[in-house]
Amino acid sequence: MKKIDRSSKVRTGFHQAKWDEPVIFELSQPGERGILVNKADKRIAESVEGTKVLPDFLQRKTAPALPEISQPRVLRHYARLAQETLGADVNIEIGQGTCTVKYSPKVNDQLANLPQMREMHPLQDESTCQGIMEIMYKTNKYMCEISGMDCFTFQPSGGSQGILGMASLVYSYFKDRGEADQRNEIITTIYSHPSDAAAPHVKGFKIIYLHPDKDGYPDYEAFKAAVNEHTAAFFVANPEDTGVYNKNVLKFTKLIHEMGGLCAYDQANANGLLGVTRARDAGFDMCFFNLHKTFSTPHGCGGPACGAVGCADFLEKYLPSPLLKFDGEKYYYDYETASNPNAIGKIREFNGVAPVVLKAYAWIRSLGPNGLYQVAKTAVLNNNYMFKKLMELHCVDAPYIPGKQRIEQCRYTLETLYKETGVGTADIQRRMMDFGMHYWTSHHPYYVPEPMTLEPTETPSKEDIDEYIDTLKYVFDEAYNDPEKFKNAPYQSVCHQLDESNMDDPEQWAVTWRCYLKKFQ
Amino acid sequence: MGVEGFKSHPYIPNSVPEVEQEMLREIGLQSIEELHEEVPNEIILKKEMNLPEAFGSEYELRRHVEGLLKKNSSCADNLNFLGAGCYQHYVPAICDEINGKGEFLTAYGGESYNDFGRFQTLFEFESLMAELVDMEVVNVPTMDYSQAASTAIRMGSRVAKRTGVLVPASMDREKLSVIKNYCMPDLQIQEVALDAKTGCMDLADLKAKLNDSIGVVYFENPIYLGMFELNAQEIADAAHAAGAQCVVGVDPITLGVVSAPRSYGADIVCGDVQPLGIHMNYGGGQSGFMATMDDPKYVLEFPSRLFGICCTKEPGEYAFADVAYDRTSFGHLRDQAKEYVGTQTALWGITAGVYLATMGPKGMQEVGETIMQNAQYAARKLSELENVSLRFDTPFFEEFVLDFNKTGKTVAEINKELLKRHIFGGKDLSHDFADLGQCAMYCVTEVHTKGDIDTLVAALSEIL
Repeated sequence: MKKIDRSSKVRTGFHQAKWDEPVIFELSQPGERGILVNKADKRIAESVEGTKVLPDFLQRKTAPALPEISQPRVLRHYARLAQETLGADVNIEIGQGTCTVKYSPKVNDQLANLPQMREMHPLQDESTCQGIMEIMYKTNKYMCEISGMDCFTFQPSGGSQGILGMASLVYSYFKDRGEADQRNEIITTIYSHPSDAAAPHVKGFKIIYLHPDKDGYPDYEAFKAAVNEHTAAFFVANPEDTGVYNKNVLKFTKLIHEMGGLCAYDQANANGLLGVTRARDAGFDMCFFNLHKTFSTPHGCGGPACGAVGCADFLEKYLPSPLLKFDGEKYYYDYETASNPNAIGKIREFNGVAPVVLKAYAWIRSLGPNGLYQVAKTAVLNNNYMFKKLMELHCVDAPYIPGKQRIEQCRYTLETLYKETGVGTADIQRRMMDFGMHYWTSHHPYYVPEPMTLEPTETPSKEDIDEYIDTLKYVFDEAYNDPEKFKNAPYQSVCHQLDESNMDDPEQWAVTWRCYLKKFQ
Repeated sequence: MGVEGFKSHPYIPNSVPEVEQEMLREIGLQSIEELHEEVPNEIILKKEMNLPEAFGSEYELRRHVEGLLKKNSSCADNLNFLGAGCYQHYVPAICDEINGKGEFLTAYGGESYNDFGRFQTLFEFESLMAELVDMEVVNVPTMDYSQAASTAIRMGSRVAKRTGVLVPASMDREKLSVIKNYCMPDLQIQEVALDAKTGCMDLADLKAKLNDSIGVVYFENPIYLGMFELNAQEIADAAHAAGAQCVVGVDPITLGVVSAPRSYGADIVCGDVQPLGIHMNYGGGQSGFMATMDDPKYVLEFPSRLFGICCTKEPGEYAFADVAYDRTSFGHLRDQAKEYVGTQTALWGITAGVYLATMGPKGMQEVGETIMQNAQYAARKLSELENVSLRFDTPFFEEFVLDFNKTGKTVAEINKELLKRHIFGGKDLSHDFADLGQCAMYCVTEVHTKGDIDTLVAALSEIL
């Protein structure tokens, strides 16, 4: 045997687990049981009527047609489907740009799984909840320090609900001033997350979009023209998904304030700014952080999550109830904002997404102030390192501020590649999976042609980043040499290229197994 | 520079000083301080954040957090009779095994090619829930019951093209508050009185409030106070006769033994899947669902992701993808889409799917029977205590309202005494439902043994 050549970084031998696992209903074997359920004590069962108390119309006549499957088969089914899922634990997470998919420390998960967390009922007497209340109170203070805000709520259960929370604060503020009808417009940008427009619209606001200027900043002239006595607030991320930091942000927040509006900061992109600059210092009145992104609590396939909303003191009275306080001896809930008719009331049942907050607390405590600063610096270093390497490629470009630094991510364009090869960003996305890599294009609509959005965070090593870059290069080269290859990619994934032609057709779509059986028997 | 106190931090590989220097050199910089050159100096934070220093090791962090959590006294250490929207049920070990798998725990927003398992498990969640609620379309889960109810109401109002909404006065005040925040100012929410004797909806008040501006009549089964809504059919009929949509909130764990709301006229069903294999998590285990029939009139009103089954270029291969994606705010329409979508509670959806697949039809039926038997036994024993009675005589599922008005003690006083005996008494209703005076809502499920219930009865007997 000779020495095996392992010099190439590109995983040309990759194949995702593929089990051809049936849909769970197909596993049903009549008579099998997945678990035995405890019965009521015989003496109880004999002394009560049980389900017989139900009036006839409420007695379920036909059992739900759930599958009957033994426990090992249920386990095997889900274990196989787990293997068919490209979680961050098994992957170099660079390709899900804007999502800040970083390492989620296992110790934090284990702590959140302790019975003193899991088995807590949210309505327990406060004296029995002092541990989790202390954690939530302190995390609130940490968020204030990181953002410059005065108080946070952990009720919003995702970034988009965080945006709804901010829009609700804006609404409350103007309702209290008797201006809710007049102040009915929110200005945002086309590069902001779609929820920056969609969630405020739910609160009844009309949405005004700003397009970028030549530097990628929100166009200030258009902004000036848009701000008026109807402006309730400006909702914006900085940097936006382009990774371009709007240097003139203070000019924007100042003008809004001069016109009596509020400024709301979408800090989904905060990972590159921890300890570097703060929302309040840039003139924002409120902001939100994604604890499942910047603060490492895992994404969980899309939640449970927390879009913690913070605000300046003058907005605190509108925050959802209750607020968590400390009297020097014990932690307690203050329900005062519940009685403020102009306040939000509630965004979520109970007191916030506690286990997510606990994980964020543990993460902050594992890094300290200096460590958080290092997170931001390394995330930005990783991104600019990658940016430089990718911009050296003929087929890659990125709009705006040429030669200048990006923050923690970048939206590139593969327009040249597309023009020269006919291979577009969607093709690259599919092909990257053949090497075990995530890859993301952009939110819709695509304002940057053939977009590619990458965000390395602080988690990958230089080796990992180099592997991602080498894989991209390999795929780009392939586009020039063998564009046909992309037509049927991916080849090494769980599934082949999808036929999504039925997805918009009511006659053909099937959101559940029972619909599938009904339509395609 | 590296992290103070560490040569490098285990979560930040490139904090190794030599690597950091090499990468800086690569981009033409000397120091990490030269990064962020685009951030104007006037808003650069000039000091270190005032946060506690990092723990020196994972062990120290663990000891610290464990120490904090020891200040909690959980339902595992005490006998718990609290429900009110968050329920203590048995969580099969397999549920925690699956939702603890790193691949599910750390996946996020990939396409089917990357996250096939995520798509399939959530399609299966939708499908299993559809069998349980006897509907045809269920969403990838939303935040919680309150959010599900809010969205179901908005969906119903769009279908009806009317903005008036009627909700029961018996509903959870917190949920009502979420609904109001989410639906106003676009919709007008009005409460319908409850029948003082049964706790069910007052039909006369409902009929008085129904008119051609009402787009949605929302009610729950079981109602918040635990009882079944005996007027369900009449409410649905009245709503439909007035041209309104009927939206019904349901506790899914009831549905092994209780009729699905469609059988008495629900157009849209909503609820929380937390009872289905998810720990209470201090309220962090909530996860909402909505369900409708497979009619585009309803399907196109969902703001949520709906994962559907599709085929691939390979004959005989299933795959999964988004149905009618452009309805959602992730599509091209943004603010003109249906409400908004984003990160919600997918992992709890996967977990609820595991629970339903494990329980099967028999398990769901048995758990429903056990719960109802245990709860009835507890209610009877407790109402036999002197001066204690059941506030409503309506059949209930797992929660019931105990009337302590004649005991001369407040619920707060009673619960304080119970706590000394390591018992979490029922939810004090005297604040949210002041008309009821000193009443408490007790929750008894399959986790309670006869011994547990007898312990509660003995403790209350002693206290009163």
